[in-house]
Amino acid sequence: MTINASRRGFLKGAAATGAVLLVGVRPDGALAASNNSSMLTPFVQISSDGSVTAIIKHFEMGQGPSTGLATIIAEEVGLTMDQIGYDFAPSNPQIYNNTLFGPMQGTGGSTAIANSYMQYRQAGAATREMLLQAAANAWGVDASALALQDGVITGGGKSAPLGEFVEAAAALEAPAEPRLKDPSEFRLIGNPDVRRLDSPAKTNGTAMFAMDIQRPNQMIAMIARPEQQRAKALSMDASGAEGIRGFINAAVLPNQAGVAVFAENTWAAMQARDALAIEWDTSNAETRSSDDIEAEIRAALDAEPAYNVNGADVPAVQAAITGADIVIEETFYFPLLAHAPMEPLNCTIEQTEDGSILLHDGCQFPTLPHGAIAQIFDLPFEKVQIKTVLAGGSFGRRATPESDYQVEAALAFSLTDRSRPVHLVWSREDDLRSGYYRPAFGHKVRVGLDASGNIVGWEHRIAGQSVIKGSPFEAVLVHDGVDHTSVEGTVDSPYQIPTAAFGLTDMEKATSTLWWRAVGHTHTAYVMETMMDMAAKAAGIDPVAFRLSYLTGDGSDQKRKAGVLKLAAEKANWGNAPADRSQGVAVHKSFNSYVAEVVEVSGNPNDGIKIEKVTCAVDCGIAVNPDVIKAQMEGGIGYGIGHNMRDKITLTGGVVDQFNFPDYEPLRISDIGEIEVHIMPSTEPPTGVGEPGTPPAAPALANAIAAASDLRVASLPMDDNGVSFV
Amino acid sequence: MAISLQINGKTQETDAEPGTPLLWVLRDELKMTGTKFGCGVASCGACTVHLNGEPVRSCQTYIDDIQGAEITTIEAMSDDEIGAAVQQAWVEVDVVQCGYCQSGQIMSAVGLLRENPRPSAQEIDDYMWGNACRCATYQRIRAGIQRAAEILEA
Repeated sequence: MTINASRRGFLKGAAATGAVLLVGVRPDGALAASNNSSMLTPFVQISSDGSVTAIIKHFEMGQGPSTGLATIIAEEVGLTMDQIGYDFAPSNPQIYNNTLFGPMQGTGGSTAIANSYMQYRQAGAATREMLLQAAANAWGVDASALALQDGVITGGGKSAPLGEFVEAAAALEAPAEPRLKDPSEFRLIGNPDVRRLDSPAKTNGTAMFAMDIQRPNQMIAMIARPEQQRAKALSMDASGAEGIRGFINAAVLPNQAGVAVFAENTWAAMQARDALAIEWDTSNAETRSSDDIEAEIRAALDAEPAYNVNGADVPAVQAAITGADIVIEETFYFPLLAHAPMEPLNCTIEQTEDGSILLHDGCQFPTLPHGAIAQIFDLPFEKVQIKTVLAGGSFGRRATPESDYQVEAALAFSLTDRSRPVHLVWSREDDLRSGYYRPAFGHKVRVGLDASGNIVGWEHRIAGQSVIKGSPFEAVLVHDGVDHTSVEGTVDSPYQIPTAAFGLTDMEKATSTLWWRAVGHTHTAYVMETMMDMAAKAAGIDPVAFRLSYLTGDGSDQKRKAGVLKLAAEKANWGNAPADRSQGVAVHKSFNSYVAEVVEVSGNPNDGIKIEKVTCAVDCGIAVNPDVIKAQMEGGIGYGIGHNMRDKITLTGGVVDQFNFPDYEPLRISDIGEIEVHIMPSTEPPTGVGEPGTPPAAPALANAIAAASDLRVASLPMDDNGVSFV
Repeated sequence: MAISLQINGKTQETDAEPGTPLLWVLRDELKMTGTKFGCGVASCGACTVHLNGEPVRSCQTYIDDIQGAEITTIEAMSDDEIGAAVQQAWVEVDVVQCGYCQSGQIMSAVGLLRENPRPSAQEIDDYMWGNACRCATYQRIRAGIQRAAEILEA
């Protein structure tokens, strides 16, 4: 591997301070150490002055992996959190891959800590052992007599900062199997007082998000896109933009997906874009309205599902329900939703002196845009570099299988002579109106109960637009025609429901769809937890007790789900709400974590529901950064509640009706009261926290509204059902 | 004709056209990128700066309207007693997640504490309503403001 300017730029700590100890893995997965950054892509990098940098293979959208992975390294090496910094890894699918994704570097599915935990512990432990061995050699003692704590090596009557042994350690072989610390030795992992490493920069304006990248002599590019998906730009007239100071030029993108506008600054680009006259070919454009999509989904729910997901004896399930003493039935509808990360999508692309293409991006799945850009410019993979910078949120939006915005930037750049970097910028309107939505889904569920209130049959039909079909992930996530993300959280629920049938029908996509924080669980949890609540009510059994009666098995799935449900109920003082308040509960497993939430509301749907308090219990295995986990639950709850209160993306004749936040109102500070998070102690391996807080939030709110009013919201958002909020 | 702006105590000349939002002069011309673009329609608060000490949305504040006014941005907050207290509280409480809205949140929080040194939770909600956080860090924003009030009282 040749080192180039951009690579040195990334390893600026190394170049500037002369890093001498790098610990990582070789392409075959074995631990390796080096003193040469051109020979090894490390997880840990120590400069000769003793400063330690954790190389973060995941991107930071606020969910905390930079702090988390740095914590793991600091723990195993023996540092305080003040003694470690971090840098984002370059794009390298062999070394920095997500071990749960195969040879692909990427962040998603709440896996950042889960897939890295052992890898980063081993790298940190190997670093510690090499430093201790180097000190032992220098002091003429056995390494077992030495310890490294708070950055200082002590033993044999001596003591010295680790920096003194960095050079000598770099000459040693990395141990094949370093001793990992016993959890009883942990000082940082599990410590609630560990603070985020990115807080200072994010509170004084110095944090560099992708939007803040300003390469020398860069141009701003914006894209004029068609109002209807799949329309094509035929021609354009930029004469209306000629008088706008800072406007450079405009051209139809090579794939005709839009028109690129180039300008000296963002304001000029915005004005120039508005001034273009574009002729569109709408012959293949999408013309359906969201009402059409909803009608198609509701019709599909009344027909036999295309897929029998769990191989059920459907007539037997239907017969069990028909013969039941009580039958409850509900049809649910979930609209399209936008992700709307706070930072509008953007990235910067440039050509380096050696002809490589360099992308600066808050990059969620580096391997995908890396390959796409190499293809567009007909370059070998190694002639494309990605510099990952902070991302102002994502919620799934930055991880498109087609690398949509990076490809736009590359195509726009390809229209230029490549002498000037191009910073592609989206507006909020672009973000809300350009597709890639949480797909619309419908569910129709019939549940039969016997006279004692036991479930005797559960027939569950799902219809919606597959996220995965047609994407590179189809081979992994679609089995026997069933997109797992369309049904996750239903057929694989830990609830022990006898005599159940799960059916799925795929709908044609009217618009591009994409995973949205918690993917299929965003609708499946709502349906499962609303139906369980309705069944409990029909059975005359307390909703928590009812759920627990389907979690009595010895499996860890049942025990852990029951565990968080009991913990949340206890902490929320379940069943003993003040007289003017109502409680609702939901519990759901997603991304291998278990989360229960109790929402407490006051008021009623007519005069206004006020969300007074949310009590959450989470079991995510070993809690690496407890305060980050709490923050992710808080944020996940807000994300789930906010959208389901009042947000939807609708289409009229294929054109998106929403423009900006006033039409897609974000959760506001006044919408939600206190959130209290409790973490279940665990010795299980760490699991996801970025998404699992979201799924139970909306159904717990809906169940609280039902407790307050007998109003069941089955078609989202809630305010379409006459529910007002105060 | 150049327009003269007073930003963080310094005079800055810009030859941007009248009608240009302050946001884009700060970010693109003066390279002061701490002030963020979130919506462009004064609906999210990410671009909040102070105009004569009062929070305003810089995406809807036009440079020709504010000549002679004192503009203060996040970059100057560590030199402001209330700003420094809010920043300290934000770090203590770990308010941030993605962090993109937080410059604006802090500028609004400073504006609140300047007029109300001891705001209640309800007063915080009423004042901070216009600053959206898509990560939903709201309860930590409340806690951060109350912690900053304590720091300032001490």
